[in-house]
Amino acid sequence: MFAYLVRRLFLMLVTLFGISVVIFFLLRIVPGNIVDILFAAAGYVDPADKANLEKELGIDQPLVVQYLHWIGGFLRGDFGYSYVSEKPALQEILPRIPITARLAGLALLFSASIGIPLGVISAVKQGTRLDYTLRVVSLSGLSLPSFWLGLLILTASVAMFGQIPIFNPNPATWLEAFATYAVPAAAVGFRSAALTMRITRSSMLEVLRQDYIRTARAKGASDAAVNYRHALKNAILPVITVIGIEAAFLIGGLIVTETVFNIPGVARFLVEAIRWRDYPIVQNLVMLIAVVVVSANFIVDMLYAVFDPRIRYTD
Amino acid sequence: MRSVWALAARAALCLLAFSTASFAGEPKQGGILRMYHRDSPANASILEGATYSVNVPFMGVFNNLVIYDQHMAQNSPDSIRPELAESWTWSGDYKKLTFKLRQSVKWHDGKPFTSADVKCSFDLLMGKSQQKLRQNPRKTWYSEVNDVTPNGDFEVSFDLKRPQPSLLAMLASGYTPVYPCHVSPAEMRTHPIGTGPFKFVEFKANESIKLVRNPDYWKKGLPYLDGIEYTIITNRSTAILAFVAGKFDMTFPTHITIPLLKDIKSQAPNAVCVVEPTNVSTNIIVNSTAPPFDNIDIRRAMALALDRKAFVNILFEGQADIGGTMLPPPQGIWGMPKDRLETIPGYGPDVNANRDEAKKLMQKAGYGPDKHLAVKVSTRNLAEYRDPAVILIDQLKSIYIDGELDVVETANWFPKVARKDYMLGLNLTGNAVDDPDQSFYENYSCGSERNYTNYCNKEIEKLFDLQSQETDVNKRKQLVWDIDKKLQEDVARPIIFHARAGTCWQPYVKGVTIMSNSSYNGFRYEDVWLDK
Repeated sequence: MFAYLVRRLFLMLVTLFGISVVIFFLLRIVPGNIVDILFAAAGYVDPADKANLEKELGIDQPLVVQYLHWIGGFLRGDFGYSYVSEKPALQEILPRIPITARLAGLALLFSASIGIPLGVISAVKQGTRLDYTLRVVSLSGLSLPSFWLGLLILTASVAMFGQIPIFNPNPATWLEAFATYAVPAAAVGFRSAALTMRITRSSMLEVLRQDYIRTARAKGASDAAVNYRHALKNAILPVITVIGIEAAFLIGGLIVTETVFNIPGVARFLVEAIRWRDYPIVQNLVMLIAVVVVSANFIVDMLYAVFDPRIRYTD
Repeated sequence: MRSVWALAARAALCLLAFSTASFAGEPKQGGILRMYHRDSPANASILEGATYSVNVPFMGVFNNLVIYDQHMAQNSPDSIRPELAESWTWSGDYKKLTFKLRQSVKWHDGKPFTSADVKCSFDLLMGKSQQKLRQNPRKTWYSEVNDVTPNGDFEVSFDLKRPQPSLLAMLASGYTPVYPCHVSPAEMRTHPIGTGPFKFVEFKANESIKLVRNPDYWKKGLPYLDGIEYTIITNRSTAILAFVAGKFDMTFPTHITIPLLKDIKSQAPNAVCVVEPTNVSTNIIVNSTAPPFDNIDIRRAMALALDRKAFVNILFEGQADIGGTMLPPPQGIWGMPKDRLETIPGYGPDVNANRDEAKKLMQKAGYGPDKHLAVKVSTRNLAEYRDPAVILIDQLKSIYIDGELDVVETANWFPKVARKDYMLGLNLTGNAVDDPDQSFYENYSCGSERNYTNYCNKEIEKLFDLQSQETDVNKRKQLVWDIDKKLQEDVARPIIFHARAGTCWQPYVKGVTIMSNSSYNGFRYEDVWLDK
């Protein structure tokens, strides 16, 4: 188990190094930099002012120097200054992380708490009306883009209740605070829940046909015990994998959801920073996301080992 | 007797109604004006900004020397009012403009305002000071100013190279606030200090901008509001839905398109909405340095092919204006009257006749039904650019020009235009001040940074100077019309239309006036109040 952990940890560090290189150079391949954008917005270009500004921001230096400067700072926890706001990048990023984390956490919770039980029910009731209904619902979840669903929710809320559930930075009650996150989390988590449900269903169907399930039933175990203690425990591995992958994909979904619900989280902030070519923000934020995703995968790998003894003994 | 009592009762009722009405019309102190902001401005420094995304939230922090009357929709020389200046006088030769400054005005940090601050601000703008602005988009506005000289603490003079009466118009723009000497341009980008009715509280990028009432404002009793809060909402649908749901008191100024305005009126029938020109023209930039548009016949044919009314009908449901370089009347002060405009080739009402003429010019240049000219129409990747570009491509088909849309990201648009890497471009030009000096020198003078097409005509440049020095408004108008006509005939930058846009607010918001010939000058908000 220790060797398995060390190997995974090493792979994780190599992956993060690769990601840092890709992030840095991809960002430079994109045409234009902050100075171009500032002048584009002003509708003119003054070559002298442009050169001064590039020098001030350090983007006139060779790329390798810029990379080493950035990665050195990242490792020391010095994220530099945002080109746009001129505030420390960390000061810009940190307050936004809990907002997105809460939203992502709630969306995953929504996804798991709705998707897994419905997947189990759908599998157990295979071929019934309930199964067909749940499958249609899950299919709609996969088909509806989250931004469209978000706008639909907003429009319906305004038309039906005269209220709009967009972000409220100062909620008066815990219920308001919960609503601030719950509605967008549901909008973004709907797709994940649908996917989780479908994976749970197919995984459960496979397990429910196994001999040991028949044996458990023959020994008189209750339906609940068979379904949840014996079948689900063995069917859950692919579901965990999917939830792990979804956690990473969620960032993509959150960008649009944060935009539609006007949530000042890191996902929307990242898009704005890319638009402005605000390198210190984009590089550090994407690197932080990469650390989270790689760590999440690492945890999933560890969970595999916990749930499936074959992995920890053979790998 | 009974009729006397009835009369008295009726009179009392009338009196009561009258007193209630006047009470309802009297401004009330207090309340926070909640608005959404369409995007997150790059910073808070108006002098460095080149978009009204900066002016709208931050104009209330500052004062100018002079300002356009905030309750007259049309900015004109007659609507300029003193602000930090108590009064101004021109020298007899119009080469010296002297301002008497207001005393006892304090910056938000408590330091006194003096003539040194005025000098610092304009030295910054003219690039004369040691401290530099990161960007200085309006340096050319002051190209005729030799020096700004303080005469004691409360008087300051602008010495000009030549007479320029319209300098005052530039000084009255929302783009020309006075900055404090003791605060660096870098600090002004993140935490602006002004003398204005509202103090800056915070600017959270992509989130919100907050201003609070300046209790020591030099105009006693103002502002009425306790503060203004802008929530940054980049998604227009969300922003409008939030306004309809009552989360905001006002939309971002001139942010509502004509079709969306209908939506708002149907969902929030009590909302007060106005539509005004934005003084932003949609125009065509032509690369006349390379074939095929180095041929004046092809340029003229292209200008003749434009059906401007179709653009206006499709994009604005008829609510936009057709004109030359200057915004047309009645909202525009310097625009050509309709009868004069229609004498310019391509502006006549008979589109088919214009196009027949255009076809002849194309055939003269070697193109026809069997030989079409293939061009790329480049434009920025924004809806207000893309949509008219598509219509333009469709219209050019009628004169044997096959256009292909070339959509360019904002970051690459001006570098592309600057290196002349385009054939035809669809461009938007915003005018902060409805004044020919701002428009002509910026967009058409030889060597100007914003003269994207490098149009250069020394003869017309002399006319620019002539109109600029003319003190008689009517004589100046005639000169301006002649220049504008010539610019259109030369196909310097064919103007397609001047846009209009809407602004809405809840009925309890009072004292808002949307300017009708500029989107940059009307956001002081010192006497806006909430009737709640």
